[in-house]
Amino acid sequence: MPLDPANSTQLREPGGSRKPLPPWASTAALLVPTYGWLTLAVFLPLCTMFAFSFLTATPMGKAPIVFTFKQYRAFIDQPYLLGVAWQSLLMGFWTTFFCAVLGFFAALALVRATEGKVRETLLILVLLPFWTNGLVRVFSWTMVLREGGFLDYAIHSVWPGAGSVGFLYTRQAVVVGLVHGYLPYMILTCYIALVTIDNTIVEAASSLGARWWTILWKILLPMAAPGLISGSVLIFVPVIGSFMEPRILGGRVGVTMGTVIEDQFTQAFNWPLGAALSFTMLAVVLGIFATFSGVLRRGTAL
Amino acid sequence: MQQTRRSFLTIMGAAAAAGLARPRLARAATSITVLNWQGYGTDEAWAVKAFTEKTGIQVVHDYFSSEPEMLTKLRTNPGVYDVVLINSARVSQAVADSLVVAADFSKVPNAAGLSPDLVNSANRNIDGTGYGVPWVWGMTALAAREGGTIPDSYAALGDPANVGRVALSDDAVTMVALVALLTGQDMNKPTDLAAITDKLKSFKPNIKLMWSSEDQWNKSFAAKEFDLSVYWSGSSARSKHISKLPVQFVVPKEGALVWMDTLNVVSGSANPDAALAFINYMIDPEFYVEWATKVGAPASANSTAMDKLPADDLTRLIHDPKYLKTSTIQAALTDEQREAFNNLWQEVKAFYAA
Repeated sequence: MPLDPANSTQLREPGGSRKPLPPWASTAALLVPTYGWLTLAVFLPLCTMFAFSFLTATPMGKAPIVFTFKQYRAFIDQPYLLGVAWQSLLMGFWTTFFCAVLGFFAALALVRATEGKVRETLLILVLLPFWTNGLVRVFSWTMVLREGGFLDYAIHSVWPGAGSVGFLYTRQAVVVGLVHGYLPYMILTCYIALVTIDNTIVEAASSLGARWWTILWKILLPMAAPGLISGSVLIFVPVIGSFMEPRILGGRVGVTMGTVIEDQFTQAFNWPLGAALSFTMLAVVLGIFATFSGVLRRGTAL
Repeated sequence: MQQTRRSFLTIMGAAAAAGLARPRLARAATSITVLNWQGYGTDEAWAVKAFTEKTGIQVVHDYFSSEPEMLTKLRTNPGVYDVVLINSARVSQAVADSLVVAADFSKVPNAAGLSPDLVNSANRNIDGTGYGVPWVWGMTALAAREGGTIPDSYAALGDPANVGRVALSDDAVTMVALVALLTGQDMNKPTDLAAITDKLKSFKPNIKLMWSSEDQWNKSFAAKEFDLSVYWSGSSARSKHISKLPVQFVVPKEGALVWMDTLNVVSGSANPDAALAFINYMIDPEFYVEWATKVGAPASANSTAMDKLPADDLTRLIHDPKYLKTSTIQAALTDEQREAFNNLWQEVKAFYAA
């Protein structure tokens, strides 16, 4: 049609109505930038890494590269990795658990007990740690938790005879650092879920004689479940792969799948093994979500 | 049409050839190109200026950010570079690909002062020919807190007296080489990896942390988290001198892990004599003393240059040439060795964490 000059001039005539685009075209036009970007920035690198995981060596340099499945045998050939993976899952579980408890009640307090300017200020304070570098936050924890650190100093100023309670370089220290880092996600997702709950439901429950714990368990918690679940997924997945917090706060015990994978990329220059370990962990995480998919769907459907 | 295009191409080709040829002709007289890490001695502005004033040779720099990149640059740009810095562990690889030429000490007068232990290293003597001029070196061994017991063996890392007071380097190659020395093996070709694994695992009750950067080491040592650590010689001098930490660098009886960097004349260099003149200047005591005292540098391979440092200079005190007699220089590793060492270290770390 554009080749026909008569037609194209006709289209520009005043009063000539242009054909509206079909609905799928506008949808596609709006989606293409996002999905194009995702393909370019996420999907393609992920595919490359997946291909790498079947090679014998990092395909850079002159060494001959052969196709192999041996990288996926890592958990059989190096059985200690099973222990590392289990510890990483436990770390993910505890971090998510503490985030859920602290985050839910923080969000509840924000929704039920504050309003207006105060609530806005408190919400900004929740986000404040996001504006600082993660590495700085983790290093500042080392100053608090180490023997003779700020925590010891605070306790000794109240109770001078007390021994050291510093617990830097333990698993607990890693979980503290991770909870600090990921708590805002949980507060925000719970806040969004709780703020939509109609206050009249809570009032109706209490006017009918429900105690506060009944309201909490029977009304607030189930209705906030979508927030709790999406927050948990947001936290659990990156925590399992975290390597900075375990490395700095964990000391000797800070060995997780994240640090093992990071070492393969940065120190051993064994990208195929690092990639294979990553995809194995991805499969485990997907397996966990698949197992609990019923719970997840019921929770988020509310 | 055809004719015009052909002559056009000819002209373009000639122009391109001229364009390519010109820099080479121009620099044939007075310019050399050096390939090195950025900010690593050879590109100090005052040094380059002094060298040019003395010899009339212009010095141009190009940089690499990893050793494989350096080798790739040499392979893909023949004739472009004149001088290249190569870690002595990589010299054999460069020689195998004919990327560098044998070192001609007759045109490097300062080579007379080079430490024989470094000159005779197997890393640079390949099939009876010496490659690369030893430039600087350093060690990895132990660092102990001043005032405590000063260990005389790496066995101190597992000594029950040091429970919870030891830091290791989070580097597979370093830790395997170090414990290979402790178990009486060749650190460059350890054969009994199981013995190394067991020895490393036996350190477990003592291990407080594993450091991966000088900054992390300084912070943890300042907070008194450990008293004994695997550490680098140059870093220990900085920790003591700049951070004022009470640390003493110790080379135990098993010896240290020594690394050495060499300066090489590149194959196909148009100015091998100018390149050698620059290398000679790089091991000159006059240049080295200024570099070490004003900027900070590893130990010079030229013992005459080390002797010119002030008597109380930490770099000089720590890098006592006698250690070179008892120590081994780290050699090249094969990919299989590297992978085996890394898996070993991951296993040990998982054991520490369990």
